Amino acid sequence: MSLAATALARPPMLGATDIVLHPGALVGLVGPNGAGKTTLLRALAGLGHGPGTVTLDGTPLAVLPARLRAARLAWLPADRDVAWPMRARDVVALGLAGAGNDDAVADALARADAAAFADRRVDTLSTGERARVLLARALVNRPAVLLLDEPTANLDPGHRLHVMDLLRAEAGRGAIVLVALHDLDLAMTRCDRLLLVADGALVADGPPAEVLDAARLAAIFGVARSAEGWVTAGRSVAP
Amino acid sequence: MTRLPAVLALALLPLVLASLFWDPAMLRAVAERDPALARTILMELRLPRTALAVLIGGALGLGGAAMQGLLRNALASPDVLGPSTGASLGAVFAGYFLGGGVLAVAAGGMAGALVALALLLALAGPAAGTATLVLAGVAISALAGALVNLALSLAPSPYALYDVMFWLLGSLADRSLPQLGIAAPIILVAGALLLRQARSLDSLALGEDVAETLGVDVARLRWTVVVATGVMVGAGVAVAGSIGFVGLVVPHLVRPLVGNRPGATLLPAMLAGAVLLVAADMAVRVPVNGQELKLGVLTALLGAPFFLWLVVKGR
Repeated sequence: MSLAATALARPPMLGATDIVLHPGALVGLVGPNGAGKTTLLRALAGLGHGPGTVTLDGTPLAVLPARLRAARLAWLPADRDVAWPMRARDVVALGLAGAGNDDAVADALARADAAAFADRRVDTLSTGERARVLLARALVNRPAVLLLDEPTANLDPGHRLHVMDLLRAEAGRGAIVLVALHDLDLAMTRCDRLLLVADGALVADGPPAEVLDAARLAAIFGVARSAEGWVTAGRSVAP
Repeated sequence: MTRLPAVLALALLPLVLASLFWDPAMLRAVAERDPALARTILMELRLPRTALAVLIGGALGLGGAAMQGLLRNALASPDVLGPSTGASLGAVFAGYFLGGGVLAVAAGGMAGALVALALLLALAGPAAGTATLVLAGVAISALAGALVNLALSLAPSPYALYDVMFWLLGSLADRSLPQLGIAAPIILVAGALLLRQARSLDSLALGEDVAETLGVDVARLRWTVVVATGVMVGAGVAVAGSIGFVGLVVPHLVRPLVGNRPGATLLPAMLAGAVLLVAADMAVRVPVNGQELKLGVLTALLGAPFFLWLVVKGR
């Protein structure tokens, strides 16, 4: 199984890009603000109408029946909005294709460490708690493809690592996992492979240590590693 | 929670019987003197009036719940996009120029609702997003409202003005089988279509893009809800005038009872709308100052304070 994107050329996004994702690997997507991470994830999820083709096992997403696509591919946007004050378990159940299955919902909530507030209304949860509920929604269907836009944003350090472990397990069971991250430490230490985007183009694709070398960290992110941790490089605050 | 529709249906049954056999002493007296007249009262006045209250109340509750689910806004009402104001305008025109016959007014109202919907489609375009749709709908609604007022100020005679004003207030008094024959099929078909959108409307709680990845054709859902709600509510206005606040308020009453799921709100909102309108239509039969109150006046009198209570509670 593979998810492949070819030439998602759409201004300002990704000139002639070829990305192929395979099951089993936890793939990170990194890049500065506005680089095109969200646009790329959306395109891979079949949203938007740019030129270029995304294929799942060789079949273009555009011709895949909507139900089938929904059963195999899950996309988690970066925003945490739920329009109505629904219960957490009802929100998770929205991710199920077809009939409701209470066991699958309970299992997904437990995996995202959100079982404790399964019966609470999402409007009473903190942003981080709601993020875990929405992650459980994306996982509930055991999709073959997981495209996640900053699932670790708003999470405390323990839950950030928990989510990365969870995604590792999803990759381990044979899912294609692509996760956009701003936390470069997580990206470097927890991912098998990184895609680096900048200015709407794919800049590098490979093992984390190679993709995020010192030159790219300085040129693209304006940061450098030092003994004290991360420091800014080449960007200063006017006094 | 899943028993709510059954409870509401059970509440509706006695209300329907009470509405049919309203003032049983009078009915019995008539039946003893003239059985044929009693049958006529039952079949040609009470039955259509009660059935219309059930259908229109259900249409308003269901349409309101569907529109609020689609627009993801609890303040949306089924008439926000213009078809019901269009129906008012069409009915007023038919009243003026086609002699004001029962069928002419109903057909005019229905035509008005359809013209407003066609205008909405033309103005917003088939691929319109929700914000564009609402803007276009509000504009059409305002234009139709202005034209209704223009027609009122140019009324050919004081009697015509009086008739139209009273008609606009909304009432089910003296409605008979022809009106039922016009409204019932439209409301039943559109209502069945709306009830089938429950799961899609639930998905929409997570936003249009997530709904799309969950297998919902959002553009089709949008037009299905807009057109079905429009013709359903338009049919109601065409035979009964405008009955306000039911579509806005009823979904609020039932939504917390179904876990605030927009799709699960549809069926109970439909039944609760029917319960409310049948009850209200009986209440207006009690004469005040020698007159039947207008149904639309009563629903607004009940609905507006309820809305105030929502505001105070949410403060």
